[in-house]
Amino acid sequence: MIDVEIHQRLGGFQLDVDFSGDGGVTALFGPSGSGKSSVIKFIAGLTRLRSGRIVVDGAVMADGEGRHVRPHRRRIGVVFQEARLFPHLSVRHNLRYGRLFTPRGQRHIAEGPVIETLGIGHLLDRHPSTLSGGEQQRVSLGRALLASPRLLLMDEPLASLDAPRRLEILPLIEALRDEFGIPIVYVSHAVEEVVRLAGKVVVLEGGKVARVGSPTDVFRVAADRFEIMSVIEGRLGPPNGPFQLTPVETPAGIVWLNGLVRPLGREVRVLVHATDVALATRRPEGVTIRTVLVGTVADVPDGSGPSVTVDVALDGGSHIAASVTRAAVAELDLKPGRPVFALVKSVALDERPL
Amino acid sequence: MPDLSPDAWTAIALSFKVAAVATLWGVPVSTVLALILARGRFPGKALFDGLIHLPLVLPPVVTGYALLLLLGRKGLIGAFLDQHFGIVFAFRWTGAVVAAVVMSLPIIVRAIRLSIEAVDARLEQASGALGAGPFATFFLVTLPLSLPGILVGATLGFAKALGEFGATITFVSNIPGETRTIASAIYTASQSPEGDGEALLLSVIAACIGLAALVASEVIARWFRRASS
Repeated sequence: MIDVEIHQRLGGFQLDVDFSGDGGVTALFGPSGSGKSSVIKFIAGLTRLRSGRIVVDGAVMADGEGRHVRPHRRRIGVVFQEARLFPHLSVRHNLRYGRLFTPRGQRHIAEGPVIETLGIGHLLDRHPSTLSGGEQQRVSLGRALLASPRLLLMDEPLASLDAPRRLEILPLIEALRDEFGIPIVYVSHAVEEVVRLAGKVVVLEGGKVARVGSPTDVFRVAADRFEIMSVIEGRLGPPNGPFQLTPVETPAGIVWLNGLVRPLGREVRVLVHATDVALATRRPEGVTIRTVLVGTVADVPDGSGPSVTVDVALDGGSHIAASVTRAAVAELDLKPGRPVFALVKSVALDERPL
Repeated sequence: MPDLSPDAWTAIALSFKVAAVATLWGVPVSTVLALILARGRFPGKALFDGLIHLPLVLPPVVTGYALLLLLGRKGLIGAFLDQHFGIVFAFRWTGAVVAAVVMSLPIIVRAIRLSIEAVDARLEQASGALGAGPFATFFLVTLPLSLPGILVGATLGFAKALGEFGATITFVSNIPGETRTIASAIYTASQSPEGDGEALLLSVIAACIGLAALVASEVIARWFRRASS
């Protein structure tokens, strides 16, 4: 549980942020310069709060009236963009560092499970300089966790890694979230990461909270049609080996993923850009598109530009946004209540961005 | 090869004793000063920095004279130390240690300071986030990572202390067996008509020791560079 309220001027930038987070992952999402990292610094205690209030687990860390628990006494772990491992210590001693300062009764996270979850058992005797970037970040996650913090802050922990490395670490963060039950505040400007990890998204723009909600709700609304995304949840089905495709079974139909994704039966979220969705009033034939989802038009916003974003309620309750031309809306007579088929180019669906 | 007189051997031994003790005191003091200079932010820091480096630019005689005024038996601090603790520096080998510490301080502080400044402050921040207070962070992160600079500083400081002359002779004079170091012994020998041989020999010895220290500090620095890459 975390409650954050910050009203403070930082140079020429006014930060006015108010949000709370529960047990899972709370994502702070926004473009660079929106104030995400500043918020993290306030929570970690690296910047002194002059107006507002930061409460973690019922303990007041800072308030505007002079209370300021010093960073090392907060028991708030931080995973930075760079791993920041201590170069003079082995991986093992890096991992044990935080434990030295954790009161005996509060060391509730054990070394074994963390090392196992992160898959770093074979690295224990190595020195940080001999590890790859991905390995370093895994050790860094473990080190923060093993201090048994009451809250973990992650400040774009994947930003300095390449795409394959990100894919390797992201499931680990998921696993940490699910296994160790430490609340996480996760800063990122990558929609894919946020959608996958967060239960709650706080969207920051220009130092203010623009929107708060579940990933599904938050990313349905955006100013620019290229940023509008839908999140569809489903379950992985048996892959089609010869054609290298994997089905995600949803109530509205099957979404085909490129490549073979495992394991069978896993619940996944798929991210679809509104610009990759087309609509049809009849089930189409003779098209290359594999993914056809069944639903009804929920909303067609008024507009004067060439395109609009039509909101479609899919069978089973989720929504998908389709960016289509107004000309097409008029010709097909799309209006709320009209049954439609949402066509998604399979190639747009892939776990790689996740 | 002319033999060294027993007095010359005494001077060499005394020089090593003085330099060793001066290094043992100088390094911890310098480390604290270097940390203040590297990480501290306070008004008058430039002045503080200047004061530490002053012995580097002053004529050594002036430094020695200042020590005499401050730490001499009738000096401001010296009188107090003498009356209350019975500690006397003037004309004692311990005074030579004090002079050597003051004179080598700028060199040691500079080496350590550069080393501390090269320690990534983000590592110290990470240490704090793991629950370590400023003291623990200093001893577990900053200090070990500055070790190369500390060793280099200690080696150079030791060499400087061995060669110290001006401040020492002004502060504690040139008493055989008590304050006559190699440098004073060379000076004494060179002033006497039959001392040329001994002066030359002692000078060669001093040069060898100095060179050895410089080479040692370079080797240490290179060794750490290799170990950390």
